[in-house]
Amino acid sequence: MPLLLLMVWEAVCRGGLVSPIMLPSPSAITIKWVEWLRSGELLVDVLGSLGRVTGGFLLGAGLALPLGLFMGASPRTYEYFNPIIQVLRPIPPIAWIPMSILWFGLGNPPAIFLISLGAFFPVLMNTISGVQNVDSIYLRAARNLGAGRSAMFRRVILPAATPYILTGIRIGIGTAFIVVIVSEMIAVNNGLGYRILEAREFMWSDKIIAGMVTIGLLGLAIDQVMNALNTYLLRWHRGLDS
Amino acid sequence: MDYISISNLSKTFEGSDCTVPALQDINLSLSKGEFVCLLGPSGCGKSTLLNAIAGFIQPSRGEIVVNGQPVREPGPDRGVVFQEYAIFPWMTVARNIAFGLEIKGASTAEIRERVDVLLETLGLSEFRDRFPKDLSGGMRQRVAIARLLAIDSPIMLMDEPFGALDALTRRTLQDELLRIWRESGKTILFVTHSIEESLYLSTRIVVMTYRPGTIKRNQIVTMLHPRDPAGAEFNELKRELGHLVMEEQERHTHDEMKPV
Ligand SMILES: Nc1ncnc2c1ncn2[C@@H]1O[C@H](COP(=O)(O)OP(=O)(O)O)[C@@H](O)[C@H]1O
Ligand SMILES: [Mg+2]
Repeated sequence: MPLLLLMVWEAVCRGGLVSPIMLPSPSAITIKWVEWLRSGELLVDVLGSLGRVTGGFLLGAGLALPLGLFMGASPRTYEYFNPIIQVLRPIPPIAWIPMSILWFGLGNPPAIFLISLGAFFPVLMNTISGVQNVDSIYLRAARNLGAGRSAMFRRVILPAATPYILTGIRIGIGTAFIVVIVSEMIAVNNGLGYRILEAREFMWSDKIIAGMVTIGLLGLAIDQVMNALNTYLLRWHRGLDS
Repeated sequence: MDYISISNLSKTFEGSDCTVPALQDINLSLSKGEFVCLLGPSGCGKSTLLNAIAGFIQPSRGEIVVNGQPVREPGPDRGVVFQEYAIFPWMTVARNIAFGLEIKGASTAEIRERVDVLLETLGLSEFRDRFPKDLSGGMRQRVAIARLLAIDSPIMLMDEPFGALDALTRRTLQDELLRIWRESGKTILFVTHSIEESLYLSTRIVVMTYRPGTIKRNQIVTMLHPRDPAGAEFNELKRELGHLVMEEQERHTHDEMKPV
């Protein structure tokens, strides 16, 4: 099916039914992509984007995870932070762009800031529900066996909440990916988002699509890694299949 | 000197639309090394009493003293085996058993040795690195028991631990529990709604009434272990206790038929 689609697409372009600017052919895109790769620029762009995603994600998730654990475990902490979180959460990271440039200038810092915002909320919300949904029988059992606060967090609450947390991480990475592309269109001069915007200036449709495909493939690769991580971390978990 | 002493214990659950008098004026003492069964139909407050001794719920009135200390919170001196399988699903069998020892800060070598012995004792050796999801209900309760034996709780509180098991597995585990009890000299409080189970296991049966939960009968069982469930004395007692439990069961049923 994908092969058939590609063939039809190629035929439509070759037949001159559409202009190469509106829709370049798959072969033209591939050629452009290889050229991009050969120049070494593709690697710089991919690493640039991945670096920002990684940095922003680690920052956002790194703050969200402990906060989520505390908010989930303590109703008082929850009451304290919840109002502000409910107000900030619906604001899309894109809306933070102007302020982030004012605060952090241009370059990587505003991009990292925006990405961390994008990753923060999904991880936070899922961690909170994960902790709130820990079966109280495990808390009782652990207390009964003498577990103190720290052991309770590390050895009971955290692992019990892992299925939720991983879902949050997955959504967080997805958001981080969206935000990295957008933030590269405004603040930096490399990365896949920047390259796509640059190609648009010159109406290089083939390069735009080559960039888009690269994003798609990167997303797929990250998803595969997440899947493997999921399977490993949740190897104890009774899945839906059993 | 009583090992566990419960005096004038009452517990009322305050719901939004009703209050349930779960326990009322319970007076009960256990000596060291006793194997006491709490017997009664479901809803008569057996779990509530056990959870109060464990320190999970605070009584409305009265006091529980264990080994001279009033109960305020849960502690490893009163190990609990829960009705639901409460072993940690994210830990392997060996890690589950090691948990309490790790909390106590035992040395790695000591933990290893203790865990090995317990795996052997409970016939779990081949499951050491398995996760609970791969274990049958009987195996899971073996792990739960091993987890308590690891921290060597002098008191074991067991809430219908074998209730969900098939008859054969249940008998095997009952026999093993008796062996452990005999060898360790632990004090066991065992909740069940099965008359036969209470007669097979315990040195004393405490029959409870339904709503409010009070003590209806304190029945000492003198038969020697292993007991023969087909024997005359066994069945004599079974018939007698059967009447007592049935009276409470009927009140329970009557309650359930009442329009809310
Ligand atoms: N947390 C609770 N809130 C309100 N009612 C409860 C609660 N726990 C138990 N009860 C009620 O108290 C009574 C005794 O419960 P329980 O001790 O669990 O009985 P048993 O273990 O003998 O089946 C029941 O009628 C039950 O509905
Ligand atoms: Mg119960």
